[in-house]
Amino acid sequence: MTDLTTRYLGLTLKNPILASASPLTKKLDTAKKLDEAGVGAIVMYSLFEEQIIQESLELDHYLTRGTESFAEAQTYLPDTGLYTMGPGKYLDHLTAVKKSVSVPVIGSLNGVSAGGWTRYARYMQDAGADAIELNLYYLATDPNLPGQELEEAQIELVANVKASVSIPVSVKLSPFITSIPNFAKRLVEAGADGLVLFNRFYQPDFDLDNLEVQHTLVLSTSEELRLPLRWVSILYGRIQADLALTTGVHTAADVLKSMMAGAQVVMIASEILKNGYNRIPDLLANMTAWMEEHEYHSIQQMQGSMSQKAVREPAAFERANYMRVLGSFRDLP
Amino acid sequence: MSKKQMIAIDGNEATASVAYRVSEVIAIYPITPSSNMGEFSDEWAAKGKPNIWGSTPHVIEMQSEGGAAGAVHGALQAGALCTTFTASQGLLLMIPNMYKIAGELTSTVFHIAARAIAAQGLSIYGDHQDVMACRQTGWAMLSSGSVQEAHDMAAIAHAATLKTRVPFLHFFDGFRTSHEVNKIEPLSDDDLRAMIDMELVHAHRARAMTPDRPILRGTAQNPDVYFQGRETVNKFYLATPALVQETMDKFAQLTGRQYHLFDYAGHPEAERVIVLMGSGGETAEETARFLAERGEKVGVVRVRLFRPFDINAFVAALPASVQAIAALDRTKEPGSAGEPLYQDVVNAVFESGRTNIKVVGGRYGLSSKEFTPAMVKTIFDELAKPQPKNHFTVGIKDDVTHTSLEVDPSFSIEYPDTVRCVFIGLGADGTVGANKNSIKIIGEETDNYAQGYFVYDSKKSGTLTQSHLRFGPKPIRAPYLIANNTANFVACHQFSFLERYDVLKFAQPGGVFLLNSIYDKDEVWEHLPIEVQQAIIDKKLKFYNINAYDVAQKTGMGSRVNTIMQTCFFAISGVLPREQAIAEIKHSIEKTYGKRGEAVVKKNFEAVDQTLENLHEIVVPEKATSQYRMRPRVPEAAPEFVKKTLAPMIAMEGEEVPVSAMPVDGTFPTGTTKWEKRNIALEIPVWEPDLCIQCGKCVFVCPHAVIRHKVYDKALLANAPETFKHTESKFKEFPGMAYTVQVAPEDCTGCTLCVEACPVKDKTQAGRRAINMAPQPPLRESEARNWDFFLSLPEVDRTAINPNTIKNSQLLEPLFEFSGACAGCGETPYVKLVSQLFGDRALIANATGCSSIYGGNLPTTPWTFNRDGRGPTWNNSLFEDNAEFGLGMRLSLDKQAEYAHFLLKSMSAELGTLVDELIHADQSTEAGIKAQRERVAALKAKLAGKTDPKSRDLLAVADALVKKSVWIMGGDGWAYDIGYGGLDHVLASGRNVNILVLDTEVYSNTGGQASKATPMGAVAKFAMSGKGIGKKDLGLIAMSYGYVYVARVAMGYNDQQTLRAFLEAEAYDGPSLIIAYSHCIAHGIDMAKGLEQQKLAVQSGHWTLYRYNPALIAQGQNPLTIDSKEPSIPLEQYIYNETRYRMLVQADESRAETLLKQAQEDVKKRWEYYKQMAAMHYGNGHGNGND
Repeated sequence: MTDLTTRYLGLTLKNPILASASPLTKKLDTAKKLDEAGVGAIVMYSLFEEQIIQESLELDHYLTRGTESFAEAQTYLPDTGLYTMGPGKYLDHLTAVKKSVSVPVIGSLNGVSAGGWTRYARYMQDAGADAIELNLYYLATDPNLPGQELEEAQIELVANVKASVSIPVSVKLSPFITSIPNFAKRLVEAGADGLVLFNRFYQPDFDLDNLEVQHTLVLSTSEELRLPLRWVSILYGRIQADLALTTGVHTAADVLKSMMAGAQVVMIASEILKNGYNRIPDLLANMTAWMEEHEYHSIQQMQGSMSQKAVREPAAFERANYMRVLGSFRDLP
Repeated sequence: MSKKQMIAIDGNEATASVAYRVSEVIAIYPITPSSNMGEFSDEWAAKGKPNIWGSTPHVIEMQSEGGAAGAVHGALQAGALCTTFTASQGLLLMIPNMYKIAGELTSTVFHIAARAIAAQGLSIYGDHQDVMACRQTGWAMLSSGSVQEAHDMAAIAHAATLKTRVPFLHFFDGFRTSHEVNKIEPLSDDDLRAMIDMELVHAHRARAMTPDRPILRGTAQNPDVYFQGRETVNKFYLATPALVQETMDKFAQLTGRQYHLFDYAGHPEAERVIVLMGSGGETAEETARFLAERGEKVGVVRVRLFRPFDINAFVAALPASVQAIAALDRTKEPGSAGEPLYQDVVNAVFESGRTNIKVVGGRYGLSSKEFTPAMVKTIFDELAKPQPKNHFTVGIKDDVTHTSLEVDPSFSIEYPDTVRCVFIGLGADGTVGANKNSIKIIGEETDNYAQGYFVYDSKKSGTLTQSHLRFGPKPIRAPYLIANNTANFVACHQFSFLERYDVLKFAQPGGVFLLNSIYDKDEVWEHLPIEVQQAIIDKKLKFYNINAYDVAQKTGMGSRVNTIMQTCFFAISGVLPREQAIAEIKHSIEKTYGKRGEAVVKKNFEAVDQTLENLHEIVVPEKATSQYRMRPRVPEAAPEFVKKTLAPMIAMEGEEVPVSAMPVDGTFPTGTTKWEKRNIALEIPVWEPDLCIQCGKCVFVCPHAVIRHKVYDKALLANAPETFKHTESKFKEFPGMAYTVQVAPEDCTGCTLCVEACPVKDKTQAGRRAINMAPQPPLRESEARNWDFFLSLPEVDRTAINPNTIKNSQLLEPLFEFSGACAGCGETPYVKLVSQLFGDRALIANATGCSSIYGGNLPTTPWTFNRDGRGPTWNNSLFEDNAEFGLGMRLSLDKQAEYAHFLLKSMSAELGTLVDELIHADQSTEAGIKAQRERVAALKAKLAGKTDPKSRDLLAVADALVKKSVWIMGGDGWAYDIGYGGLDHVLASGRNVNILVLDTEVYSNTGGQASKATPMGAVAKFAMSGKGIGKKDLGLIAMSYGYVYVARVAMGYNDQQTLRAFLEAEAYDGPSLIIAYSHCIAHGIDMAKGLEQQKLAVQSGHWTLYRYNPALIAQGQNPLTIDSKEPSIPLEQYIYNETRYRMLVQADESRAETLLKQAQEDVKKRWEYYKQMAAMHYGNGHGNGND
């Protein structure tokens, strides 16, 4: 019997395929479907503090705009006072998901204020999350903001969150860091139990007919696996934290490669969004078949087997240029 | 006895809180100023608040007040305890049912925020004209004069109606009491239970109709017995006064507040007495006490129970010493022997044999006209004269029939220990809300009594608000504004008001003046107009300055300076210790905004915290040296009528307008908004001639007609101001001419719809368009000159314009300009389009609502005229009858044209070929109309000077020979609900009228109550939990006639289709209906994105565009053309951009989901239905399908 179990953030998971933070967890019934399809754990969609603030301010704006200025219409919308503002709705949903599924549930958080990060992390813990994934991203557009300053702030934030909760905390990283290993190491020193590589940002596109910036969601493809695959391979064994690979996982081969690179788990969403929940059992079956065919008895057996440390040619992971790929050589004794 | 709990609320809430708790069925319909009572009831019911029997009343919105009264009548007949709330025209619509309810001796209470009746003009403000129109219906009438009384009398009325079986009209003064916030002692549920006798409730139910004990009411009676039947009720009316007094006595035992049918106050040996009811009674009573304490033998009788009028009780209330009475009526009955209360008093004095008493009558306070202690004093003084004036007026200057009494305004009875504060705010800045909040803090958290009253502008954008606040250790019984020179504290929250209004007229010498300005403490003084500087010096005011805009911006408050200025007020006034005041402000912020989320509370807290360090007392110099002066009320070039009658209103000094300056019949000149330069835009559009493609879309969508374009002879540029922009015309019809897009800088509201509509993008900078916003102040003067020059350029000849394209149609001069509608209004672009296409020959019948307010509210009105003096002529009849009103215009025009034809034919011998030409003229084009106008001019020339009856008659109706266009317009509240019956009938009439429904999907003017046009899932007032049923398909109903032109348009999706629909509708010789999607402030959207929302509404299938043209049937074609594509985006992509829908997601996500799903299914079904209709074959032709 092929053993697909893995360990991630101190949790024993029945297999390494996790549902990544996506709209699939926004509804209880779709979250249940993920569970029924056989995922190893569920990462909830992200709680965005910025969105909570925005919704509050927007509601306030429209409830107050134009009010108390015209005798016949002192308001234009009824102020029902029955609003689920703030994190309450997310947390209630998290609790409901946790109660309805058989696998661990990981909360996902993106804050904007120092207080927001720690407070919401605590709320998630109280709501029943088995772990928390910090969705760290900040798109720096200010030329005067040094990267180091940003990194320091993020590391401090991880330390603060870690200090305020007792459940494991993972950090989802941006790939656009000058020295990923150094940043990863400092995150782990700050307390991160796991790293998720990488955050995949919506990238704006242009509408040439209307000369407008477009925001359309483009699902990932297997080609995108290579970036996280490289970095998981490099980080494996170099930092003392679990690694999760996300972006570009679509096939059983993608999962197997990720495991061999050194990931404890993969996280997928695009594949399910594109081809349905049945892809989970398909992937699991195909993985098992491959493993049986190639006589692997467990996932843990292959984890890290093709990491930079484990391959014959570690420099392969350091090549960043086509020319050098063609021209690699070494001296023989 | 423990200290009583006190609360600060307004009269509407005070009344509704009682009515709701003692009712089972409440039928409602919005009408100012009573709407809030229905809104409170709806809100409480939505939240499941129980009545005193533990059950939640059923609250239902009806299609009109007539409907509400009918529903109440029915509910009463089936045994429920019922109530309703209304005012003014609404109450008039209830009268037929009121006779029935009284005739059937049925217990109920209608609560009325008494309001003026539309006569020479509509007024939303308070007087007794509406309730006095009901005094003959057989209802008991109970009057309240204050917020506490409204609360108390509501309970007394509900108890007494059960006792007497006579229905009760409980009324209080609209706005003055309905909207005044005052500190009152609330009645508990136990108090109400003690008041309502359950045996009587059971008896009420036992009288109900039930098939278990069948009865029959509503018979038709014949001459033999009707009269006798009518007399059967006498004993109930005879018994009522005593039973009401009994109820009042019981109430007194419970609460300690004793009322009588008639309450006397003043000198025990009064010789001069005023009799009146309503809030004026508070003023009169306080003044009488004041004078009596100073030895004057004066007193006041306040009428509580006006009907049945108990003569004995009235006379008993009069001291034996009374020699003269002034009976004051807050109503007007032209042609009567005197107003109602006066007549009753005369009658009572006569019948009681007290004929030694001289009685005079007087009118006061119509339409919330101020009624002050000075006026009361004047009346007492008048009564002291040997021959006091009868049928006098007080509070106005009647220089025509000389009814008015001369008042000395300096007389005041204000308590020295009452603090009086006046705040002048900008509508959008939250001043009124903050002041209501301050009243609550002072009234509920200190031992002080407190009162707040608020005065609003008649515009909907850039408005001025006045808050009049009093507080002090004694109860505040002063239902009148804080008079000039009596305010301890004056705050002006908008710097620019200083140049337009005399803000400091309110300040008393030595008072405080707080100013929000964009200047810091060292520079503010020099920027004040010299008149303001002088007033500060003369009155020795303590002057404080804060740049609250800056604090608001820094703390995320945007333009809302409310909590900042509130903090300043508390800090300066010292009504509470600073720390406590700040804690209380923060507490109330949490209470008010807490449910909207932490972020909202946080930004308000930050604003409060950053206020005091920015507040500075300014050292006042000894001399006024400013270079600035206050602006004249209107430009020097304004016509005499504008200067004399409208200018004082513009300057907030309308009280000074004498009777002689007002038109006798409500007829006003058009074209007056142009004289009121409001300068409300912070930014205005700036045209880039090099980028512009001259499409005219910006002109088309501008809600305020402030952006226009013209083609003209280049030679005219010789006199152009230096900064006047122009380019080569790109119109193929006007080659070689110059072209300009020009903005009216002082009339623009800065809504940015023009920028949004501009299709051009700069190739070197995609975000830049051919129209871009720029700050107004630096452009104001130069662009004002450019605007004047632009207006001086000749208009393009209408006959040379092909109106079928947007760019050409927009060369037509708008004859609807600079209205006071909300910035970015979704209705007014359609209204303006009518004025451009047909305005010079249009008669407009306008239903009451937003369009009648921005279209016809004084002081200035937007309908205007062209250089020939022609333009739309406009009238507003009622809310409910607008379609009929417009039809009447059509009938009249047709009749006159027909008669003119008849006369022409009979005079053909002397008029020759002109007769035939006039009768058979083709007027389908502008050229045809122009030719006909020339023929009419020729006819008039021929008839001029003739004295025979036919010629004179023909001269009088000759103008009817030119084709006229009747436009019937109004909102969805009118078309879908209250006016639907009439609209349906007018459509069915087949007559040539054009009906424009400005569909905002709510009653916008009264604050966003649901109508039958409100879509499923939208939250609106009266549909707090999201409307559970779909929008009525008015267009489909109209199409069912087969001979009505019907179009549904949304200019944000397809402006060309809109234009085409308007042209086709007008050209169609029969009834036409255009239903226009009108984005609205009540949708909770960014108004700049209104056109985008229109687009999404169409793309989602919520608002499918179509034209149904019956003229095509004769050609064997399907009349229906669908003008939009099959729904291409999910409904949620459209609706969840709007707060009205998102609120439901936030409140009840699962209901929102259910309704969204259902609405999405409806979209699909409706699309299929239209598609099939459009595909049907007519005659030999083909279906149109989807283009």
